[in-house]
Amino acid sequence: MTPKNRLDGGQIDRNTTLSFSFDGKQYTGHPGDTLASALLANNVRLMGRSFKYHRPRGPMTAGSEEPNAIVELRSGARQEPNTRATTAELFDGLAARSQNRWPSLKFDVMSINDRFSNFLTAGFYYKTFMWPAAFWEKLYEPIIRKAAGLGSLSMQADPDDYDKGFRHCDLLIVGAGPAGLSAALTAGRSGRQVIVADEDFRMGGRLNAETFEVADMAGADWAAQAVAELSAMPNVRLMPRTTVIGAFDHGIYGAVERISDHLPTPPTGKPRQILWRIYSGQTLLCAGATERPIAFNNNDRPGIMLAASVRAYVNRWAATPAQRVAIFTNNDDGHRTARDLHAKGVKVAAVIDTRADAPGAIDYEVLSGAQVVDTKGRLGVTFVELKLADGNSRTIECGALGVSGGWNPNVHLTCHQRGRPQWNGALAAFVPGGTLPPGMIVAGAANGAFSTHGALKSGADAARKALGLEGRAPELPQAEDAPVTQTPFWYVEGCSRAWLDQQNDVTVKDVKLSHQEGFRSVEHLKRYTTLGMATDQGKTSNMGGLAIMAELAGKAIPEVGTTVFRPPYTPTAIGVLAGRMRGTEFHPTRLTPSHYWAQERGAVFVEVGNWLRAQWFPLPGETHWRQSVDREVMATRASVGVCDCTTLGKIDVQGVDAAAFLNKLYCNGFAKLAVGKTRYGLMLREDGIAMDDGTAARLAEDHFVVTTTTANAGKVYQHMEFVRQCLMPDADVQLISTTEAWAQFAVAGPNSRRLLQKIVDPDVDISNDAFPFMACGNITVCGGLRARLFRISFSGELAFEIAVPARYGDALMRRLMAEGEEFDVTPYGTEALSVMRIEKGHAAGNELNGTTTALNLGMGRMVSRSKDSIGSKLSERPGLNEDDALMQVGLRPVSRDDKITAGGILMRADGPVDAAHSQGYVTSAAFSPTLGSMIGLGFLKDGGVRTGETLRLVSPLTDLTVEVEVEVVSPHFVDPEGERLRA
Amino acid sequence: MIINHPLLGPRDSAEFVYLGTADLMNRPDPDTATPEDWHDYAYLRDNPAGTHRELWFHDGGDRSILIVTRDTITHEISAVELALKTRAEA
Repeated sequence: MTPKNRLDGGQIDRNTTLSFSFDGKQYTGHPGDTLASALLANNVRLMGRSFKYHRPRGPMTAGSEEPNAIVELRSGARQEPNTRATTAELFDGLAARSQNRWPSLKFDVMSINDRFSNFLTAGFYYKTFMWPAAFWEKLYEPIIRKAAGLGSLSMQADPDDYDKGFRHCDLLIVGAGPAGLSAALTAGRSGRQVIVADEDFRMGGRLNAETFEVADMAGADWAAQAVAELSAMPNVRLMPRTTVIGAFDHGIYGAVERISDHLPTPPTGKPRQILWRIYSGQTLLCAGATERPIAFNNNDRPGIMLAASVRAYVNRWAATPAQRVAIFTNNDDGHRTARDLHAKGVKVAAVIDTRADAPGAIDYEVLSGAQVVDTKGRLGVTFVELKLADGNSRTIECGALGVSGGWNPNVHLTCHQRGRPQWNGALAAFVPGGTLPPGMIVAGAANGAFSTHGALKSGADAARKALGLEGRAPELPQAEDAPVTQTPFWYVEGCSRAWLDQQNDVTVKDVKLSHQEGFRSVEHLKRYTTLGMATDQGKTSNMGGLAIMAELAGKAIPEVGTTVFRPPYTPTAIGVLAGRMRGTEFHPTRLTPSHYWAQERGAVFVEVGNWLRAQWFPLPGETHWRQSVDREVMATRASVGVCDCTTLGKIDVQGVDAAAFLNKLYCNGFAKLAVGKTRYGLMLREDGIAMDDGTAARLAEDHFVVTTTTANAGKVYQHMEFVRQCLMPDADVQLISTTEAWAQFAVAGPNSRRLLQKIVDPDVDISNDAFPFMACGNITVCGGLRARLFRISFSGELAFEIAVPARYGDALMRRLMAEGEEFDVTPYGTEALSVMRIEKGHAAGNELNGTTTALNLGMGRMVSRSKDSIGSKLSERPGLNEDDALMQVGLRPVSRDDKITAGGILMRADGPVDAAHSQGYVTSAAFSPTLGSMIGLGFLKDGGVRTGETLRLVSPLTDLTVEVEVEVVSPHFVDPEGERLRA
Repeated sequence: MIINHPLLGPRDSAEFVYLGTADLMNRPDPDTATPEDWHDYAYLRDNPAGTHRELWFHDGGDRSILIVTRDTITHEISAVELALKTRAEA
């Protein structure tokens, strides 16, 4: 059975019937329908409730500018809120629901708001919910959110994929209406690379919605023919269902292509949507125009629509919103809708034209000089009340009212950089103005060329201009060229509850109130009333608001100016902006060479930057991480432990001037470091603050290997390139990052030498005499495998770091474990590593926190005064060298069971506890299995001379009540003389 | 933005890391500079509405540091030079 409001003709495929549901009720439609057109065909006008007053609403438009018909699509994890029914393509099985109503669309409890509209005027929330501040979060906001909401989220992960892609072209054409198609034919025939993007699933723009003829055929047929010709051109790429959302720098455009939105689920291997970055030489904006409404009382009832949208439903979708339709217009275009309705057999109740000299008609009544002053109908318009030219009233019965207040060019993308639309008096509309994005030309209705001929001509001309095409202009197809005049008519005299912004429920009364309260700037009006701030960015509402504001201020519209549009052109899903960068693919995951071995050992991993590092290696029976970590520390200190430290940054520095280069980078001296020796180095920022620390090993006269902390590897490399290229351009020095090239393991503990002796080749002598503390060298292991050995220690034990080419890392780790069995070798993770470095008093990221100097770190004397290095001069500033400067200290709880909290604040043993009396703070804390209590590192005012003092540790951010007595001790808890290191 | 790399041609700015003003190349002479000179070098930055010479590090490329002359209002890029070459020739 054909639905009640389905007409003949249209661009729908009647051979296929699609069933779909809206609020649980089943309906049918056809391929080519949108959800809105199919619902209208089924005589459903009511599709939603408004944001603030919960008033019943139906579609106002037939396109992406729709403010009202906002629905929820699909169910389960694919549930998608806030979708415009006017652009949602119908598919079989589509399940749609209305939003912002309870318990049902027809009976919505919150529509009580509409009764209290006198209180809910502009600025209501600002004025009412001011005090007390704490109520905002707990009381007001949840209530407001519940009452004034949009759709709801599924709270499940989106099961679909989203992609990103890159495309290049000589000419990007945005919009495939008459101007865009004419431009594409001209550009395509020239052989240049052309991309045509259109948000609709059917290219042709208004040609599909009109009954005009182009080249003696129906406009829609001409468009289909043009699309067919363009599809056959290898140099032209047509992108339907693609919205250009933003114009960015240097000819780069963002575009969202909806690959699978029109299907129940994406086909296997296909994404739901793709975000394209289009690099264009030139761009033609052929975005068309949007019809604007006229404001009158109760102009928001379902069935009251823009006149050209009614025409689009009737002509393109063969769906009429009602069997009896009236038209309210201030221009000739509104009469077209009446003619098309009549031709399709829909009863035209009357054409109400504000102009005294309105054109007449034979087939229906035209009321010149008349206005719609009010409407009736609870869930949809049933009557309109008129004020006639002679001042008398009249009531007309109708199920829909088409309203036309003229057209506004779609200038949106012209504003994305510095464009400021300009007022065109003849069109009574803003047209593109100011500085357009470089390379952009605007054509067709978007530039004010409203006739079909004007659009075809301006499209072709613009394409020729953009591509610099020579020769005779191509012949254009015949098309209507009716002159367009628009006289402003924004609202009906005396109206108040007349909607300007239907999505945000802003009325004429609100704009007047905001003026009355002193909001004079258009930007203030916008923010105070929220006019134009909904998801439609005010495409149908801004103009009316501006016009009323100008009138109240006694100014002309161009004097008031306009707000500008920002990307995106239409609401864009966060998912497509994220693309594939979700979950674990948010950033790359870097695995250490021993990762798979560690996985076999059951390691627990931790993210360190992009790296996954083994945090600890639980053994059977260990139920708490502390058990594993304590065991790893004790085993390493008692015999030998192995830890993968590949993640530390490694930078190869080569060249005749390598030593001079490092001498400039590190605050301590490197010029005289002997070949075969390693030195600890501290890098400062130019402002004198510590940046990073590490070691530099001199493998040859002109070859160093620099290590950085894991976290700063990239940053330090960048800094080194800056010094090399910008400060020391004449130096003979080259850098390369080799972090991934070498697998590096720390082998630590009293038996570390014995273990390594089992794997180094026989000719390699690593005895204490031949290879003392801080030695380094190129060696071979396991029978000829090249390796680097460094005798450095982070743990404080006798220790080495051994590096082999990364592909041998896994094998070396397994060999170390096998050979180490006799010493009970223990793999340890980052937690044990951290515990041991705190026990040893080594600074790490917590101490090198961007606020501390060499002096604070207890390394003040390391800063060489005999040379210039980065940061050395500014580290001498008096402010960084005051007598009571913070100094790194060790801390132990007086009562050994007490806890030390990193981030805690140190206070004197007596006296007030407040910020003014802070003595310092704790940077690192851990349980030390070696000492049997918690220990901490921290910075303390004048800490160098306060050893033995008792302080109070407070942590007001975590617990106001806890105070712990701590004792100031040396930061070197273990082996303060360094005897183990040198053993 | 697109940066026209002198060696590699036009590259997307996403491949680069911004390092700040090209004035950073004029580090004070440690032998003669006053504390004020050091202060100005470390902390003072112009914030021009218009032409700005600035450093871009080609992190996702050949690791060159480029001196880009860019209009901060329009983002128009009028010149791109290699910092190393420019500096060595100066």
